[in-house]
Amino acid sequence: MPDMRTVFAETASALLDEDPLAAVVLAEISSDMFGKAAARHPDRVLNVGIREQLMVSVGGGLALAGMRPIVHTYAPFLVERAYEQVKLDLGHQGVHAVLVSIGASYDAARAGRTHQAPEDVALLDSVPGFSVVVPGHPDEVGALLRGAFGALEDGSTYMRLSSEANREAQPVSASLQVVRQGRRAAVVAVGPMLSPVLEAVADLDVTVAYATTVRPFDAAGLRSAEGGSGAVVLVEPYLAGTSGYAVSAALASRPHRLLSLGVPRTELRRYGTPLDHAAAYGLDAAGIRRSVTGFIGLT
Amino acid sequence: MRTYAELPGLMTQMTGDEKHGPSATSTLDVLWVLYDQVLRVSADTADDPGRDRFLLSKGHGPAAYYAVLAAKEFFPESWLAGFGSAESRLGNHPDRSLVPGVEIASGSLGHGLPIGVGLAHGLLAQGLPGLGDTAPRVYVLVGDAELDEGSNSEAIVYAGAVALPNLTVVAVDNQSSSYGWGPGGIEAHFAVSGWSAVRVSGRDHEALASAFRVTAAGAASAGPQLVVATVEGKE
Repeated sequence: MPDMRTVFAETASALLDEDPLAAVVLAEISSDMFGKAAARHPDRVLNVGIREQLMVSVGGGLALAGMRPIVHTYAPFLVERAYEQVKLDLGHQGVHAVLVSIGASYDAARAGRTHQAPEDVALLDSVPGFSVVVPGHPDEVGALLRGAFGALEDGSTYMRLSSEANREAQPVSASLQVVRQGRRAAVVAVGPMLSPVLEAVADLDVTVAYATTVRPFDAAGLRSAEGGSGAVVLVEPYLAGTSGYAVSAALASRPHRLLSLGVPRTELRRYGTPLDHAAAYGLDAAGIRRSVTGFIGLT
Repeated sequence: MRTYAELPGLMTQMTGDEKHGPSATSTLDVLWVLYDQVLRVSADTADDPGRDRFLLSKGHGPAAYYAVLAAKEFFPESWLAGFGSAESRLGNHPDRSLVPGVEIASGSLGHGLPIGVGLAHGLLAQGLPGLGDTAPRVYVLVGDAELDEGSNSEAIVYAGAVALPNLTVVAVDNQSSSYGWGPGGIEAHFAVSGWSAVRVSGRDHEALASAFRVTAAGAASAGPQLVVATVEGKE
């Protein structure tokens, strides 16, 4: 099965063929995957070298010229290193692009902190007008990218690709999808957290809802999924609590409790595998189970 | 349409000052020559896809910019008096969403040139016809101290390497960068990356217009172009 990045490159290459206003801006990363597309569209596949500030600004300039840019590189370099370019050259200019990252949170566990950016969604969430989509499976990437690209008239999208994936793809939707029903709590699993969540709560009486689109957050869907239990567990593959305010706002009119799971605000200083890091952060199935049972009082 | 001689009066409507020091007017002559003789854009074509683009990257001290845009009737002169107030569209840094004719919102230094690179690429990719004899061109005004920002270096090296043919940078040099650009000045910094570069007086309208005409005429085959406009230093 191709990974998320491969599906992204194939879909973006198809969009370049289909739409004369489509453009892809790269900073070396993944440029080998766009070789054929660059040969067909040399004026619309732009690799600016290892220059992430320029990469994002070029995306803004293309949009000002009326183009539809897709801007792609590794997460910390796309979102953190070039944050002011995202804020000003897209957001403040009032122009739109699709930003697509790879290297989610601790995908690059072995590479260390320089290649990890679990803060990415929180940062993008501070730029007005950005949608955020978090695919959980490679088969979801094509439709989500086409959706984001098709919505460029209305706004920008940050698409967060990961080497971690759920065992099965889900139907792609902007709404919260209820995967199973229960009574004690609603567990919201974002992107690749669905498989560990389902394993963690297999024998627990809880609802599990799946989200790929986290901005805008599906407030109505959450109110429906919560189902009167008054207990919500948010399981996000990035900084813990990133969507906590959105859950609070959605449930402001009813008493509720919220547990936000995700990557903590500490630096692990360990290498290893993504699973090692998930376990250290309590984001593997065993850790999620511990947190959920404690939260709903089944310890 | 107003004349060059009337620009100080328009600036006075914004600032209340009868006289304006060198830093307030460092860009005035360059802006006037561009809008009066060079740029193929007017109030009537401010949204035309084939227009030339002028990007004021150095968003500071925009009174001269607003005065020239008002003089060329991109917006009513009556807007000038409220400059900087909550009710005004004209602030200390210009916003493209608020001011007709303003192509980018600027203020934080080092954004205009990298955006201009993308804009130049986007115009080329669409093959848009220009409003004159040649394809639309992107002009970016930067200050000499603004070039301190590393984002400019990314854009300078890249634009030279890919020989972007439809990009002109005008660097208004009032010698305000603390460390300068060493022997050869700003133009050496660009030239080593493959830009053609010329230095003229930023107060000499003939020389400025001539420098811009030469760069635009040579654009079809050459790479990006730099015009350094020397003005007096800050007092």
